[in-house]
Amino acid sequence: MSILSIYSGANEIIIYLQFKNKITIPLKLLKLASENDYIEKITPKKHLLDLNLKEIWNYKDLLFLFVRRDFVAVYKQTILGPLWFFIQPIFTTLIFTVVFGRLASIPTDGLPPVLFYMIGITCWNYFAECLIKTSNTFILNSNIFGKVYFPRLVLPISIVISSILKFGIQFVLFISFLIYYYIQGADIQPNIFILLLPFLLLLMAGLGLGFGIFISSLTTKYRDFQFLIAFGVQLFMYATPIVYPLSLAKEKLGSYSWIAVANPMTSIIEAMKYAFLGHGELNWYYLAYSTLFMMVLLFIGVVTFNKVEQTFMDTV
Amino acid sequence: MSWMIKIEDVSKMYRLGLVSSGTLQDDFKRAWYKFKGKEDPFLKIGEENKRDTAGSDYVWALKDINFEVKKGEILGIIGKNGAGKSTLLKLLSKVTKPSTGSIKTRGRIASLLEVGTGFHPELTGRENIFLNGAILGMKKSEIKSKFDEIVDFSGCERYIDTPVKRYSSGMYVRLAFAVAAHLEPEILVVDEVLAVGDAEFQKKAIGKMKDVSQGQGRTVLFVSHNMGSIKSLCSKSILMKNGTITKYGKTDEVINTYLNDSSSNSIVPLNERDDRKGSGKLIAESIKLYNSNNIETSEFIPGERMKLIFKLNGNLESGKFLFNVIFTNNFGSAVAMFRSDEINPNLELNTEKIISIEIPKLNLRPEHYNISYYIANNSFSSENFYDSLENCVSFEVLNFDYFKSGKMIKNGNFGLINANIHS
Repeated sequence: MSILSIYSGANEIIIYLQFKNKITIPLKLLKLASENDYIEKITPKKHLLDLNLKEIWNYKDLLFLFVRRDFVAVYKQTILGPLWFFIQPIFTTLIFTVVFGRLASIPTDGLPPVLFYMIGITCWNYFAECLIKTSNTFILNSNIFGKVYFPRLVLPISIVISSILKFGIQFVLFISFLIYYYIQGADIQPNIFILLLPFLLLLMAGLGLGFGIFISSLTTKYRDFQFLIAFGVQLFMYATPIVYPLSLAKEKLGSYSWIAVANPMTSIIEAMKYAFLGHGELNWYYLAYSTLFMMVLLFIGVVTFNKVEQTFMDTV
Repeated sequence: MSWMIKIEDVSKMYRLGLVSSGTLQDDFKRAWYKFKGKEDPFLKIGEENKRDTAGSDYVWALKDINFEVKKGEILGIIGKNGAGKSTLLKLLSKVTKPSTGSIKTRGRIASLLEVGTGFHPELTGRENIFLNGAILGMKKSEIKSKFDEIVDFSGCERYIDTPVKRYSSGMYVRLAFAVAAHLEPEILVVDEVLAVGDAEFQKKAIGKMKDVSQGQGRTVLFVSHNMGSIKSLCSKSILMKNGTITKYGKTDEVINTYLNDSSSNSIVPLNERDDRKGSGKLIAESIKLYNSNNIETSEFIPGERMKLIFKLNGNLESGKFLFNVIFTNNFGSAVAMFRSDEINPNLELNTEKIISIEIPKLNLRPEHYNISYYIANNSFSSENFYDSLENCVSFEVLNFDYFKSGKMIKNGNFGLINANIHS
């Protein structure tokens, strides 16, 4: 018998013993030498930056069970089931094509209107869903939060992940339309930048999550923000180049075009359009700005959320 | 043995009333004080948590709580509604944070403030076992290894792939408790979840709790209003009142203190009642209830002696009068009546002006009862009333193993008649 290795953690020591027949046995010792040692201490306030992200990792099983629950439970007892995922973007695209394409005659960068609107709607849907659903976290789940502890951040993160599944299904729909138009010989050039998709998705998820949990933290005490978010998201969509190309906004707004650029979603949508359709504006500076914006927003969101989660049960 | 939980100077303050612009004002004030580096001003104006008196908007739900729980100990927590029991459990299960003080623990805490937290009606029993288990802090592998045991314990094997919304309420609760019972934390915090399910299941649940602490050496904190289950489970208990611990010690002693303590409730300020009927020639000034140990209380065990002492005031020419006491249940229907003309036709007013009614065996099922009385001249028609009051005092009959069969009797707001059953 020999000692293979010794791991010394904050609260425990694990000694791995190896026997002659190569069987290894871990020996776990808790470090509780003195009378005043403890594993966990609950105090009125923890440090603002004590985010304890490691704990979320320990609860990853719960995270995926929440994702599963969200996905399985939504379309139970509907006949069309996940088909609703398709119906929603198809009809929105149709309406946009008629209203903005035909009636208002807003140009689409020379792209087939259906593709132009569909990619915008698919991306925007994902962002909006992350934002709206996470902004309800505390209020909708107060019954669970009031009874049992788990890292609260697990819930909003699970929402962002389960929304990816919905985005994936809608994106497959978009790709099928893309292939159809490509075979028809429309002027579209998908290019190497489609490899940016995971990164762009991450940006949208981060923006939606960061903004969502920030709002969620505010709504625990003052519900006013709930009303703000409901129509705010709608208005925000028109500030993003979904129904119009960024080039048009720059041309018409002139010196005010910085407003469109300052919107962190703009560069993401434009990059998506450029990568998959070949028209749009892929600007690395704009993307870097969006990334920075996302990181700052997410950081502020997580810190606020973390602060509020400690006592929100008293005010919700 | 070493401690598992150590609670030091823990207090919790709540703000009463609605969240409104007033709250915003207080928030700004708090932020301003913090900015200036001063202490939170609202922590100073907190008051003792007495629900019936008006005062400041800030109350202490818990104030300066200190105690330790040792390894393998089941600690009972008793006290009236509003004593702060649930708040304490919330702090322990990290649902909310204390306002001051600290709680140190030496192990994973799992809390059972409710069974079936996070159950989703659309998901099947199987899916819910995993979801609920994970919410309570179990790893997926842990649940998998115990899955069969959980299903077996719940007795829902046949329905395990059916959505739980199709379950009967009993099955739902059994499944939920089964998951919770298979948690293996070092410390378990339980709030009255045993008060669910039928008698058989309750017995199973209590047995499981005993196993957990005695067989596996885990620490349990247990809150209940049911003195029977506290007595059978816990060796030590704490008694809470208005947010503070008033007694800590052996369960029997603590329960006695609790029962004695609740006597203060039975003295009703009768002089404040303005709904008396009658001429007022002879009125009841106070009513006190005593149990078989002659302790003043408002809680009784079925089958024990009950004594009612009425202190009267007034003067009568003849000294003769009629006296009638009625026990009513919560629905207002009478369950017992004691008429002086039936029991003692020669009742006269003595010099101390005290009447005592002694009931050798209080044969009533566990429930809440009210007492009404009527004092009259020579018949109980309203024009002959000297004094009468409805629902002037109330008392509680507690759960108890009345038939000495090892089972608690069921609640019910009617009489309890002793019997034997043989085959």
